Amino acid sequence: MPEDLVRLENIVFRRGRKTIFDGLSVTVPVGKTVAFMGPSGTGKTTLLKLIGGQLTPDSGKVIVRGRDISQMSRAELFSVRRDMGMLFQSGALFTDLTVFENVAFPLRIHTDLSDDLIRDLVLIKLHAVGLRGASSLNPAELSGGMQRRIALARAMALDPSLIMYDEPFTGLDPIAMGVIVQLIRRVADVYRTTSIIVSHDIEETAGIADYIYLISDGRLIGEGEPGFLREDKSPRVRQFMDGLPDGPVPFHYPAPDFEEELMSEDREIGWFRFD
Amino acid sequence: MLARLRSLGRSSLEVFATLGRAGRLWWHAIVHKPTRDSASLVIRQVYQLGVLSVVIIVLSGFSIGAVLALQGYNQLVKYGSESALGLGVALVLVMEIGPVVSALLFAGRAGSAVTAEIGLMKATEQLSSMEMMGVDPLHRVVSPRLWAGFITLPLLAVMFSVVGIWGAAVIGVEWLGVYEGAFWATMQDGVDFVRHVLKGIIKSVVFGLVITWIAVFEGYDSEPTSEGISAATTKTVVFSSVAVLTLDFFLTMIMFNW
Repeated sequence: MPEDLVRLENIVFRRGRKTIFDGLSVTVPVGKTVAFMGPSGTGKTTLLKLIGGQLTPDSGKVIVRGRDISQMSRAELFSVRRDMGMLFQSGALFTDLTVFENVAFPLRIHTDLSDDLIRDLVLIKLHAVGLRGASSLNPAELSGGMQRRIALARAMALDPSLIMYDEPFTGLDPIAMGVIVQLIRRVADVYRTTSIIVSHDIEETAGIADYIYLISDGRLIGEGEPGFLREDKSPRVRQFMDGLPDGPVPFHYPAPDFEEELMSEDREIGWFRFD
Repeated sequence: MLARLRSLGRSSLEVFATLGRAGRLWWHAIVHKPTRDSASLVIRQVYQLGVLSVVIIVLSGFSIGAVLALQGYNQLVKYGSESALGLGVALVLVMEIGPVVSALLFAGRAGSAVTAEIGLMKATEQLSSMEMMGVDPLHRVVSPRLWAGFITLPLLAVMFSVVGIWGAAVIGVEWLGVYEGAFWATMQDGVDFVRHVLKGIIKSVVFGLVITWIAVFEGYDSEPTSEGISAATTKTVVFSSVAVLTLDFFLTMIMFNW
């Protein structure tokens, strides 16, 4: 059994009155590609922020490489993050820097490498994502898919042992989607990187993940290898995997009875009164 | 009554919480070991905040100096004291109008730009991605802007006063015919570096600190939405302007007998 790189123990996390996670426990073994899936608004991105120490749980432990990340000082946290890469949904490239400088950024900050060596390393990373030719462009000149590939090159710049992908397939055309799927798989295979993917795109994620956790309403509703989840008969898992509009996750947001509300004397919605 | 009291309590708590967050931001941004590119980051911000504000400072300084000369001459000439025009304009500019108006212009030009830039960096997850790369945005983004504001506003205020005095000289001496020797001599005689010029510089150092602190905090603390950034930018200009005018009164009062 491989060692766990990340372990979440009994995590409770609330935002205002809403409980996002209610006793969530999951593990991510070293070298594996683990996906967290679930409907929108279930706190998948929040989960990545908890692992990266950008948020602190109300209770429970976030263990990364055997250390509780929520107990670390600010300086320790920034030091641990050097071994993590994160691909944001928006790419989050620095708009005041060129593509080359974006990828060179972590190298310039965290290493003492010469400019010459940094140039070669950046070109290698850009070549790996197929965008060496775009090195002098500004991020604004690139399509969404290209921006995400550059962001991946930047996330890989320091060869981290963990890369986290936040909704990497959202809003991409089929070609760009295919490219990203292939790159994520290649990064995991070639660099032996542990990958955490947060997504609701079932086919693409199931195609590259070694293990999938399904989350809904702050709890784990299913887990297993992709094939196993396709066979799972529980209504919650089936609703998500088959894309059913109604089920345990209801179609309607909680509301009073429809007929009663239409016939009601109360004509107010929010602060507006319909007379 | 109870509801009002509760709402007052909640608002007070929010104000103190905001002040606490602003204080922590300032502390984390200022107190840290400088990195090898700290100086170049500050210089870049001095350019963004300072050099790019020079045109507006020069134009406004000249106009205000010219207006002061016109209005001042009208009053002084009644008593035959138009030769004191240079002294009057210089004192008003160096001690009050220079620091205050340049601070208000700085809040509108540079403060709003800083808030919008940091707010947009937050909305587009650039600050989060920096954090995840092990780079503290308080050191990399906030700190250089705080230092740059602290350095540039006093320089801009001095420039404002100098250009204002020149504007007054152009109007007073060249156009209205005040005797040039008297214009400059009364100024040279009556304006003391420590008693007048330094007081103005101290004011603009304080204004620079406060405006950039408000600007970076509002950007960093903004809601990462278009409405949030718009509200944060407005708050920066409004809070900074009120803070400058209020602080000007207190600083003038404190330094009155120096």
